[in-house]
Amino acid sequence: MSVVIEQPKSPRSRKAANWEKYGWMYMRASGAILLILIFGHLYVNLFVGQGIKGIDFAFVAGKWANPFWKVWDGLMLWLALIHGTNGMRTIANDYAERPMVRKVLNYTLWIVCAALIILGTLVITTFDPCIDPNASTYLPGVCAVK
Amino acid sequence: MANSPAVLEASATPVIEEVPSFNVTLFVRRYNPEDGREPYWQDFDVTVHGTDRVLDALHKIKWELDGSLTFRRSCAHGVCGSDAMRINGRNRLACKTLIKDLNINEPIYVEPIKGLEVEKDLVVDMNPFYQAYRDVQPFLIASDKPAKERLQSPEDRARFDDTTKCILCAACTTSCPVFWTDGQYFGPAAIVNAHRFIFDSRDEAAEVRIDILNDKEGVWRCRTTFNCTEACPRGIQVTKAIMEVKQAILRGRR
Ligand code: HEM
Ligand code: SF4
Ligand code: FES
Repeated sequence: MSVVIEQPKSPRSRKAANWEKYGWMYMRASGAILLILIFGHLYVNLFVGQGIKGIDFAFVAGKWANPFWKVWDGLMLWLALIHGTNGMRTIANDYAERPMVRKVLNYTLWIVCAALIILGTLVITTFDPCIDPNASTYLPGVCAVK
Repeated sequence: MANSPAVLEASATPVIEEVPSFNVTLFVRRYNPEDGREPYWQDFDVTVHGTDRVLDALHKIKWELDGSLTFRRSCAHGVCGSDAMRINGRNRLACKTLIKDLNINEPIYVEPIKGLEVEKDLVVDMNPFYQAYRDVQPFLIASDKPAKERLQSPEDRARFDDTTKCILCAACTTSCPVFWTDGQYFGPAAIVNAHRFIFDSRDEAAEVRIDILNDKEGVWRCRTTFNCTEACPRGIQVTKAIMEVKQAILRGRR
């Protein structure tokens, strides 16, 4: 009779479910999209037309009159901030050895990230090109004389 | 000397060139837990031959200069994986590193592999390394109990050939900056040995190992630095194996 050895299948005691797989996928997906968004942004802002000299309030107001650029900038804001914060989380996890330091750093990172995303999104969605009383001088036709 | 007839026929006096010898200085990282000293560098001057390896120089030191020098070695021929150490800043097997291939005009620095606790001189505590290895269940798991061997096509065998070559020397894991940070990461060697079974068509527990490595300290901590691939004395494409395990996790199967 042959000896029967049962399969040693007791699973490793997993600490907790985790999101690392999704974090890894997000870094790559957002990175690929950011490549287009960031270099498109730099090209349009710094090369096209008058180049860097063209950037002023009116330039931004002009861009944001078009929903296309609102979506572009909004996507860039969200993707880059979450990407950068998740990248910083990776680095914090590497360097912070004490669990408490790690926790404080990670909470700080995500709070700052959330604050910046909320502020940035507010600016893009509630942007008023005529907020300046003199706006009619450089945005005639868009802003009424006040 | 018993010369073979063939050699006698070819030349009456076979000339064997003398192996050149030269002097080298070795700086060895010393640590003795019993003398209360911090680790320090100690230098030794030894005369070695062109055919000698770093392991031979260490032997010379231990046998002729300082018997207290402590290091591991067993096979002395790159098979057992006991003598991985950091030589001139790179993880290598002392028994596979010819001294003539290093810059012999400069001292040769020999220190223990990093990221594991040093017990004495070049000997480190390998237990955390072996624990990560155990945790990936590095053995064949199959439900049938056949009377004959399990057959496999050459193609199926080739799929995981590279990762069968591992000798568990820990050169890869202790060259990984992520492992250095807190030693919690499974490390390349454990993933290589999981790869060995995940991609074996006879094995039935690929999903189990995939699940084990989908851990907070699993494959996702890998940042593709390629240190492991560079360190591996068996020439295993370690980073590639890790990447293949990542892809298997994304697919959910091998
Ligand atoms: C230009 C497009 C970008 C691409 C293609 C890209 C790609 C990536 C990828 C693939 C990773 C993961 C690396 C790994 O897991 O080993 C990463 C990490 C990171 N990214 Fe980006 N990224 C881009 C833009 C940005 C921007 C705009 C920021 C800052 C807001 C940023 C900050 C970071 C940080 C902090 C890390 C972590 C670095 C580390 O793990 O050591 N990246 N990036
Ligand atoms: S993969 Fe290579 S470097 Fe890593 S333990 Fe195995 S033989 Fe050593
Ligand atoms: S002593 Fe066995 S591998 Fe070097």
